[in-house]
Amino acid sequence: MDILITGLLLGGIYALMAMGLSLQYGVARIMNLANGEMLVVGAFAAFWFFTVAQLSPLISVFLIAPVIFALNWLIYQFMLLPLVKRAKSQGQLEVDSILATFGMSFILVGLMVAVFGGDYFNYTFLAEPMEILGNTYAANRVVAFLMAMLIGGLLYLWLNHTRPGMAMRAVSVDTEAAGLVGIDVQRMSALAFALGGTVTAIGGGFISTFQTMDASIGILFTMKALIIVIMGGVGDIRGTIVAALVLGLLETFIATVIDPGLTLAAAYLMFILVLLFRPQGFFGRKPS
Amino acid sequence: MKRRLILKLAGAAITASLAFGGAAQAADTIKFGAVAPKTGPLAGGAVVTHWPNIKLWVAQVNARGGLKLKDGQRKIEVIEYDDQTNPGETIKAVQRLVTQDKVDFLIGPYGTGFNLAVAPVFAKYGYPLIAMTAITDQIPDLAKKFPGMFFTLGSTTPIVQGLADILAKLVKDGKIGNKIAMVNVADAFGIELANAARPIFKAAGLDVVYDKSYPLGTQDLSPIVKGAKAANPDAFVAWSYPPDTFGLTGQAMVQGLDVKVFYTAVATSFPAYGGKFGVAANNVMGTGGVNPDDPAIKEYMKAHKEITGLDADFWASSSVYASLQILEQAIEGVGEVDRAKVTEYMKSNSFKTILGDITFDENNNNAKYWTVGQWQDGVYQGVAAVGRDGAKEVRLKSGWK
Repeated sequence: MDILITGLLLGGIYALMAMGLSLQYGVARIMNLANGEMLVVGAFAAFWFFTVAQLSPLISVFLIAPVIFALNWLIYQFMLLPLVKRAKSQGQLEVDSILATFGMSFILVGLMVAVFGGDYFNYTFLAEPMEILGNTYAANRVVAFLMAMLIGGLLYLWLNHTRPGMAMRAVSVDTEAAGLVGIDVQRMSALAFALGGTVTAIGGGFISTFQTMDASIGILFTMKALIIVIMGGVGDIRGTIVAALVLGLLETFIATVIDPGLTLAAAYLMFILVLLFRPQGFFGRKPS
Repeated sequence: MKRRLILKLAGAAITASLAFGGAAQAADTIKFGAVAPKTGPLAGGAVVTHWPNIKLWVAQVNARGGLKLKDGQRKIEVIEYDDQTNPGETIKAVQRLVTQDKVDFLIGPYGTGFNLAVAPVFAKYGYPLIAMTAITDQIPDLAKKFPGMFFTLGSTTPIVQGLADILAKLVKDGKIGNKIAMVNVADAFGIELANAARPIFKAAGLDVVYDKSYPLGTQDLSPIVKGAKAANPDAFVAWSYPPDTFGLTGQAMVQGLDVKVFYTAVATSFPAYGGKFGVAANNVMGTGGVNPDDPAIKEYMKAHKEITGLDADFWASSSVYASLQILEQAIEGVGEVDRAKVTEYMKSNSFKTILGDITFDENNNNAKYWTVGQWQDGVYQGVAAVGRDGAKEVRLKSGWK
């Protein structure tokens, strides 16, 4: 039971890291290697609000969100749209976007170092024990998990039960066909990219309540998010959440029962197995 | 992203010389090269321990007119490179500093692995290397291979031994039981310390009841703390890096890991640690230390805060600064930019530093250093040292409140 809850909590945190990338890659077809940096930007912002204005991250993330949304929108319009227009195939767009966002990650790291310095930053928020079914957990992790589920649930409902959500899914399935039925693909992609960036930054805000970070830690989050998105299946938010939870459970199980040193190995082993036996991911469609 | 930052902290004199034609400037300054992380995994440590001390030292030396050489005083100019916490970049940057920027002296890089990585390059170009943030047991070998390499922070075994002695004494005095939970980060640093600790703890009569490692960058350390707690230890020892030092402490508080001795390694001595955990940090032990009551250290910490705006850490910061003092005194002692003579001077002289007198032994090692420290009422005090006075009495941890 303890393993189950600890694992789910960790999985929720992984979901926070990966949901944004899932949107960006699934709909906008941008394999965003600066995903982790955007997460750290969100974390920095939450940290700043907390230390300067004693503002709870639960509130500050909503102040951050519109700014990050606008920022990501601009990044898409000015940096990635030219790549989208130039790309002759989806494969080419993926390669180009990987290179472009990889470069962008360095720029973001540099900016953060210039603005905040390279020092570690953390703060204490809800670092209190919380008892669930006889075991203790950190309250800030429980909050992060609940937020992950809330964001994931909202995204799922929005994607499946609203018109723009449906349009977004259509773009994710087939950009050309979506364009033919009158969906503004470009606008949808920009929206997906901006929304994805925002979700990631909000996740960063919550993760910063319990994790010590510095300006260059983003790459760690990117790597985790990348394998979760691929495992979950491209373009399906459910898959991302399930993959994140499975990964969290697996790592906790390994760490508790076998050895904490093997968590990374287990995660990558699972990744390889998924790639070998179900390359489209848990919920992905078979390529036609 | 190679940012080249040329610090000219010389102030008015240099500005004037620039204004009246910069041609003479090159001869007026003495050029130092510095490579260390400003980005990457170790940047968080380097911006606390490494970079501010260089800034402080340069500001102080230049404020008194520069380094005194035979042909007059020369101000210091530092050329800085970011190695992105990548040893390959460190080596490239050192080569660039020597061949392109033609610096007169080099300041050692940050971290054990990086100092070992650049040692052959320093040796090849004949630059003395003071490893000021390296802990290794290979000092005699290294000093034999690279005669111009010096060490100021200490070696692995005494640092582990210092802790083992404290624990063994507490056991002998009947203050704690002998069960130890030990964890380490699965990285060169953590593995070397854990490997050194196993036989030493055993010889000290300690029983390691929980012994696990975790990968660098582990997001959830709660299974480790829970596992350690389940083993019901009397002391918890973690050979940890900064993010996990913070993470393990946080989890130990949440899980209520009630041990009499709680020890985490790197970053325990950072002001941010005491800042974050406040009273909960009280009586936490960590690697290294200083004697904060020593007047020289007091004065140093005050200047550090004034000039860099940051607090010095309570361990390696002072070692970095002392190493720069050694370089300064050796260059002034020789009186000219002659790297071979400066190296010889370092070997054969004693230096007055903020840590006290430092004389390098036959292995180019500073054999006097702090091994264990402890947060006591908001100050990180040295509680065990090799060859240094002023160690405070060890206190037992009683809860996290």
